[in-house]
Amino acid sequence: MAVTAWTPAETAAKVMNEEKVFILDVRNEDAFQDWKIESEHFEYLNIPYFDMLDGVEDVVEQLPKDKDILVVCAKVGSSEMVADMLSDEGLDVAYLEGGMKAWSEHLEPVKVGDIPGGALYQFLRLGKGCLSYMAVSNGEAVVIDAVRMTDTFEAFAQKQGAVIKHVLDTHLHADHISGGRMLAENTGASYWLPPKDAGEVTFRYEPLEDEQTIAFGETEVAVHAVYSPGHTIGSTSFIMNQQYLFSGDILFVDSIGRPDLAGKAEDWVADLRNTLYQTYASLSKDLIVLPAHFMNMSEIGDDHTVKAELGELFKKNHGLNMEDEEAFRRTVTENLPPQPNSHEEIRQTNMGKITPEEEKQREMEIGPNRCAVQQ
Amino acid sequence: MTIYVNEKLDAKGLACPMPIVKTKKQMENMQPGEVIEVQATDEGSLADLQAWAGKSGHQYIGTNRENGVLFHYLRKSSGEENTEHSFEPIVDNEALKQKLQEDIQLVDVREEAEYAFSHIPGAVSAPLGELDAKMEELDKDKPVYVVCRTGTRSDLAAQKLSDAAFKEVFNVVPGMSSWDGETEGR
Repeated sequence: MAVTAWTPAETAAKVMNEEKVFILDVRNEDAFQDWKIESEHFEYLNIPYFDMLDGVEDVVEQLPKDKDILVVCAKVGSSEMVADMLSDEGLDVAYLEGGMKAWSEHLEPVKVGDIPGGALYQFLRLGKGCLSYMAVSNGEAVVIDAVRMTDTFEAFAQKQGAVIKHVLDTHLHADHISGGRMLAENTGASYWLPPKDAGEVTFRYEPLEDEQTIAFGETEVAVHAVYSPGHTIGSTSFIMNQQYLFSGDILFVDSIGRPDLAGKAEDWVADLRNTLYQTYASLSKDLIVLPAHFMNMSEIGDDHTVKAELGELFKKNHGLNMEDEEAFRRTVTENLPPQPNSHEEIRQTNMGKITPEEEKQREMEIGPNRCAVQQ
Repeated sequence: MTIYVNEKLDAKGLACPMPIVKTKKQMENMQPGEVIEVQATDEGSLADLQAWAGKSGHQYIGTNRENGVLFHYLRKSSGEENTEHSFEPIVDNEALKQKLQEDIQLVDVREEAEYAFSHIPGAVSAPLGELDAKMEELDKDKPVYVVCRTGTRSDLAAQKLSDAAFKEVFNVVPGMSSWDGETEGR
């Protein structure tokens, strides 16, 4: 029977459209436990490929007859092998082109809404839960929290007929490698970083100070910086067009940021508290919050974006509703999830102190995102 | 440093699943207890070989990294965990720990690759197959403690030493598989 290849984009469409797919993940068990293609509508079976070298007869019995079957491995070779073996047993199956490596690098662009002179787009990195943004207005673009796959942003801007003028990072990332510097270099754009996070960086950048305004396209869409420390000491949020609040890793749809990625949990609790309960509380409740991460597929809305009104979050997000400061301190400093894989090396890379080869960068980023405190 | 092995497999440049497919195939033709060195450049081969060895009963010994090449060492399953030990006297790991302070000879009869990755400081390497030659270097009048992974190879070795007129020979059981004292190696 037939073996077909699904691209990461085709697989992403199945996730976004909430289709039912049966995933046969043939990586070793540790890798599968660590991370997988997430969807509430997918079913999973994990059997390492090396357990199937002598045949797949036993496996066939465990596979459904009425669902698409997608065989997944780390890169692609093992899933192709297993897909061929299953095909020889009379099954129609697909394998994921490029494996989890390609999946972790796939970006799904989705329009958030119109802005004067253009539109705002969110880029969902489904494999890792990172969110990047591009705002286009009158042929000029701003990119916020760009991830490592800079080609995607360049191609997207080109398709929109836009020139990337500014690249901004809300903070020095520790959970994924920023594409900001490279994107700025490739396009001639300015690269903006909060100076308090950039003390050790080895390259030139534009300092993103509190209340800084960065103009592009139509006058009124300009980006306004709001100093909002707590995840890192420099963490800065952006308000665009009096409509959107880019919250970085400070506030997520279902959770709040955690302050300990640089080992400063205790020091930064008060900052985080102040940012969320004073600074954010004083902002317009109509702002649409656009975070730098999502943790669960359930955070993706019907329009395929991850976003929420600030007012809604003040009602529903547990992290914004903890009156007791001591309870808040405990929540954000204790029982935290494990730190992201290679977080220290990732920080060094984002500071320009080390420049790992692309293969090494991929490896450093493998695994799930773990930068939030969730209840 | 080169480690003596029974077989080598060059899987450099091969992507997953080939390093494991080839290792499995080659190990099928090896004798129980023999050691293979697998050279690979696929980073994933490390975790996969470890997991595969664990499930298939083979012993994963260790991995060296040199100039971007991974050198994996595996020892074919020999079913030695189930064998009974016939040589007496037997001492346990704790007793050996006490004896390490004294003037004794400690002989490690595991394969060279196993010894290379981890052994008790001061242990002399004498793989079972080379014991006859190595015996010359040992003192027959001094107590000899023989250690391997589980006590089975050392059982055979202790008998050999005893037959060769070594006066005081002890088999350490279980040996390195549950040694929690000091070790050295790469």
